[in-house]
Amino acid sequence: MKAILNKQQLEITIKRLAHQILENHISLEDTVIIGIQPRGIYLSDQIVSEIKKELHLKKIKYGKLDITFYRDDIRKQLHVANQTDILFSIEGKKVVLIDDVLYTGRTIRAALDALMDFGRPEKVELCVLIDRRFSRQLPIQPDYTGKAIDSIVSQKVKVNWTKSEVVLY
Amino acid sequence: MQLSTRHLLGIKELSAKDISTILSTATQFKEVLQRPIKKVPSLRDVTIINLFFENSTRTRISFELAEKRLSADVLNFTASASSVSKGETLLDTVNNILSMKVDMVVMRHSASGAPHFLSQHIPAAIVNAGDGINEHPTQALLDAFSINEKTGKLKGTKVAIIGDIMHSRVALSNIYLLKKVGAEVVVCGPPTLIPKYIGNALNVEVSYNLRETLEWCDVANVLRIQLERQNQVLFSSLREYSLAYGINRQLLDDLKKEIIIMHPGPINRGVELDSDVADSKQSIILQQVENGVAVRMAVLYLLSGRNPARE
Repeated sequence: MKAILNKQQLEITIKRLAHQILENHISLEDTVIIGIQPRGIYLSDQIVSEIKKELHLKKIKYGKLDITFYRDDIRKQLHVANQTDILFSIEGKKVVLIDDVLYTGRTIRAALDALMDFGRPEKVELCVLIDRRFSRQLPIQPDYTGKAIDSIVSQKVKVNWTKSEVVLY
Repeated sequence: MQLSTRHLLGIKELSAKDISTILSTATQFKEVLQRPIKKVPSLRDVTIINLFFENSTRTRISFELAEKRLSADVLNFTASASSVSKGETLLDTVNNILSMKVDMVVMRHSASGAPHFLSQHIPAAIVNAGDGINEHPTQALLDAFSINEKTGKLKGTKVAIIGDIMHSRVALSNIYLLKKVGAEVVVCGPPTLIPKYIGNALNVEVSYNLRETLEWCDVANVLRIQLERQNQVLFSSLREYSLAYGINRQLLDDLKKEIIIMHPGPINRGVELDSDVADSKQSIILQQVENGVAVRMAVLYLLSGRNPARE
């Protein structure tokens, strides 16, 4: 088992991601943040709270998206559906999608399809904590990356949010 | 995350875990139905036939809508407009349909056990949409979903099932389900409409007193008097039934608490329910119908995953 990010590095990385998002979306007026259920939510919750702290805002447009019904492997295995919670329109908005690990790209493909059922966003960006580059099965790349790592298929990446660390094993 | 069964023949065959999986999945589908585009691509590769050998409005529309919201291809079959009237058997009819590559069958039939019979002879997944006086599992699931949505829990909730228990598949499915999730159940109606041994056989309380039952319960699920299934005189007149077992405003106002009124439809207004009760805010009859689509989506989605015809 190999540590990719320890607690301190994880905190700094999340702060950086929040600031990078702000750099491109300075007022947040037309921007919405959407975390992908279930594991992307841990990251998106922390990024959202960093953004609020930085801008001294109480509320920003933040939703949670579940992609279970849009998966391309339904016939192989059914997964537990989680709550989708998007209480605003995304029509014409800039959307920042947030997930913890980007691997094959299939989750993000499903998320894009799901997102389009809520309206037509002006732009969609992708923010991930870990990018397992060279493992993509679809042409999808992140706009904001916590850390890019080289890994092989037999390896697994685990983000442990209770211990605040990321490991490769 | 799959159900323990390949078909939904009845609640009897489901485990408590199956029930909770269906209800929690239905919650997510209910959210899908609030979206600008109320549709998901999950069943794009599935063809479903709705085989209705008996009349239906709600159930049939609800299933068809659920199928379409899941992007399935949908076929509709009505017995009266088919070769069934030329004498074709049930099994022949279904096998002919399945040879055209249909994956799932939603079936309503006036004979109890018809879907169980079919399940032993065909490879497709079967969803029972009501069989004779046996079960109507999706109705019980949507009733439970609606109770849970309104009261926040099923375990320990006191549910009275009132009316024609004898001829009601809704009653039987509801009793099985409510007992499996730990709710308390009382069945109430005239002695001629309650099977004699139901108390011991299904572990429910039996009451012949409507007022006492309403005082006790949190939820009253009121059933329709099914005149079409009664082939003997079981009560003297609808008017007399209504006087003894009809629920009116006065009766509800006399209770110490506000109970929830449910009805699986179609309502005989002025018989089992007065109009002002059916249309009051205590009644969740239309919410039941709304929830029916989400619950049926959950059932079809969860059963579509295991389809031997496709393996």
